[in-house]
Amino acid sequence: MATTLTINGKSHDVDLPEDVPLLWVLRDEIGLTGTKFGCGVAACGACTVHIDGQAVRSCQVSLGDVWGDVTTIEGLGTPDAMSVLQQAWVEHQVAQCGYCQSGQIMQAASLLEQNPNPSDTDIDDAMQGNLCRCGTYPRIRAAIRSAAAKMEG
Amino acid sequence: MASIGKIARRTFLIGSAAIVGGAAFGAWYVGRPAPNPLKPGSGEAALTPFVLVTGEGVTLITPRSEMGQGTQTTLAALIAEELDVAWEDVRIMHGPPAAAYYNSALLHEVIPGKGYDQSEFMHALAEYVGRVGKVMEMQITGGSTAMKDAYERLRVAGATAREALKSAASARLGVETARLRTENGQVIAPDGTAIPYTDLASDAAKVDLREPELRDPSQWKYLGKAMPRLDMVGKVTGTAAFGIDTRPEGLKFAALRINPKRAGMRNFDASAAESMPGVEKVVDLGNGLAVVARNTWLAQQAVDAIDVEWEDAPYPSETAAIFEKIAAAFDKKPNSTMRNDGDADAMPEGATEVTAEYTVPYLAHATMEPMNATAHYTGDALTVWSGNQAPTFTRDHCARAAGLDPAQVTVITPYLGGGFGRRGEMDFSVYATKVAVAMQGTPVQLTWSREEDMRHDFYRPGAMARMRGAVRRGSAVLLDAQVAAQSTSQQAMNRWLGISPGGPDKGHVDGLFNAPYAIPNHRVRGYLADLDVPVGFWRSVGASFNAFFQDSFMDELAHAAGADPLDFRLSLMRDEFPAGAGVLEAVRDMSGWGGTKLANTGRGVGFSYSFGTPVAQVVEVIDEGGTIRIARVWIAADVGTILDPGITEAQMIGGCIYGLSAAVNEEITFADGAVEQMNFPDYDALRMHNTPKFEVQLLENNNRLGGVGEPGTPPAAPALANALFDLTGTRARQLPLSQSFDLLL
Repeated sequence: MATTLTINGKSHDVDLPEDVPLLWVLRDEIGLTGTKFGCGVAACGACTVHIDGQAVRSCQVSLGDVWGDVTTIEGLGTPDAMSVLQQAWVEHQVAQCGYCQSGQIMQAASLLEQNPNPSDTDIDDAMQGNLCRCGTYPRIRAAIRSAAAKMEG
Repeated sequence: MASIGKIARRTFLIGSAAIVGGAAFGAWYVGRPAPNPLKPGSGEAALTPFVLVTGEGVTLITPRSEMGQGTQTTLAALIAEELDVAWEDVRIMHGPPAAAYYNSALLHEVIPGKGYDQSEFMHALAEYVGRVGKVMEMQITGGSTAMKDAYERLRVAGATAREALKSAASARLGVETARLRTENGQVIAPDGTAIPYTDLASDAAKVDLREPELRDPSQWKYLGKAMPRLDMVGKVTGTAAFGIDTRPEGLKFAALRINPKRAGMRNFDASAAESMPGVEKVVDLGNGLAVVARNTWLAQQAVDAIDVEWEDAPYPSETAAIFEKIAAAFDKKPNSTMRNDGDADAMPEGATEVTAEYTVPYLAHATMEPMNATAHYTGDALTVWSGNQAPTFTRDHCARAAGLDPAQVTVITPYLGGGFGRRGEMDFSVYATKVAVAMQGTPVQLTWSREEDMRHDFYRPGAMARMRGAVRRGSAVLLDAQVAAQSTSQQAMNRWLGISPGGPDKGHVDGLFNAPYAIPNHRVRGYLADLDVPVGFWRSVGASFNAFFQDSFMDELAHAAGADPLDFRLSLMRDEFPAGAGVLEAVRDMSGWGGTKLANTGRGVGFSYSFGTPVAQVVEVIDEGGTIRIARVWIAADVGTILDPGITEAQMIGGCIYGLSAAVNEEITFADGAVEQMNFPDYDALRMHNTPKFEVQLLENNNRLGGVGEPGTPPAAPALANALFDLTGTRARQLPLSQSFDLLL
């Protein structure tokens, strides 16, 4: 049975069993590879996308359960038209291996959407589900602060 | 000519044999230029193996992979600095597997000697031995060597290309080359006529290349500055392609299940899997199975549904029994005695003896991107997309698995979602190749689940140390260190090249034998544990455990001597290694060491000299209502010449977080022959909320270019353990520390 998804404003018909996680639909069926597979058990945050603006782990959302419009990192901004948050990531030269950064940015985007001026504790609370093995956390924090300041201003 | 196997046996581990091994090739063979692997089309010019000029632009070839350290950005800066290409026009490509891209610095580490005291003669010798790497086609990203290898070589490549372009312009314009200058990808004549490099490509290709002069560092525009990383925009927009993002036309997806006890299969029943939705094929890999399906998830469900009976592990099945074998190594003859100053058997008169035994666990690399590779086999050719640290070895191993000649194999190296040493191995590329051979004509991507990745690593070996020292009148007069662990070099060389080098293993005692402390009676012995647990190179290798042994024990000696731990180290290092003393003084001053101690706060210092770079770290811990938080870390490092301060700072902080993560909470254990940890909930790193604040100072007093990717890791564990001792009075001699302290997790 085909399921219709709206991803980054575009409609996609997917003919797959309904228990296939959204992560694999995005990566292997639709070809949106910006969303990453890290653990498959919602322990690392690399697969974070938005559903109706809310950050979710796409490895835990079955195709049949997708309840709204999906936004992936590709929908947040493009190399020629980056979002303010992505620009802050570039300004602070955050990424090292870069594999977790799609998820980090999607998580941070959702944080700033709900809380435009987060404290350090707010950042800790929102971001601690996103693992980075390269240790980019100090620059992630700086980029979130800098983006928050720009969005406020 | 000696065989590669023989040379490797002679060169990989240290001793005078290393020199003989290098010489056996004959200078002519080692010194001749490797063929240029680039094959430019008409109107294009590959001016060196590192610079390709076409009608569209200039592409710089980086010989090393990008696993996150910013290597490719600084490699490009080395070429662009001399070539005069505008930074926004810099395009890079990872060099294909080729002898021309051998790593000349990797074998420097096999030269005898402590490194920090290397004479000009020894340095020249290391350069010479390093060139043997070309013969062995050692195109490897690892050992914190990329910049040591490239510093001269890539600037010369850029300058050579620049001079060839100037010669071509000179002939066209009738103006002497000395009167031409270059800027932003153009040759400019005194009258202002500017010819883009792209227009000069064909002519420049015909020019005889000559030895160029390198610019003085005072003229540098890119080097020494924090350059915008070339991979940054791709990585923040989800457009950078990692190995797992490879999407050739008609791609199928596969999942893997390999014996968690690292042996073969007795039997299996795949009938249930074969009838599951989307499944195309079950492939028998000998020691496990792969399922090919329409997408990775369906493949994973199917491979999990196969009934398998595994063979037993070739090593003791429980952690305790494994560590008994490690301890038993102390009773054997030492593999190495890399330091033996004074008389370590005697007890200096009037001195107080201190002894301690330390233990550290096996560790996984746990890269964020799980192991994977994509392969396409057509019968007479194979293409492998693999985020790997060793393209030439990957090509050869995949060729063998497919029954092809290496010349029939193309290896493409996309970005690596973390490496830390794990992606120097060939297993993930070879498994993908075997699946592709079974699926002839169809490209297949084989992705490991996190559980497969965690349980089939080549682990940082578990290790033990027996330390004996003595102090007198506030200083150390004896240090007798013994370390026991498996030899990573021996096992890895056997896997990579099919050779089992003998001789002393320098990496096994790195961080101990070359600890730059002037202690009059000082001996370091290494003992190799006779075990077949799969082990591999893990960020900072031997120094990852030896620095913990060395610098925790230095702290114990300082306390026994009644001395301040930082001053104690400093007084033993000042004359022995001034650059090392310099980083200790820097963290002392940055952290306000020795000032008033706040309640509920502890501080510890850690030092390590590894991969040519001395690094000191001061860690501050705070007891917050019974839970201890790592609050702040001050880092000072002396890399000799800072090629990119932004990238170097990021590596020092990232390396420290990697070391702290392991020290706090990481441990690989075995039960019934299999690794017990499955996924991040069992093997977690520091996260946003428990990562400390950092302050970093980079110095340039060291007389040689040091490594950057690894040296930040070793001092983290001892600095943290020493801070916890300062806070609690409890000395931790075993990692991870969360077993002994209530740390914020």
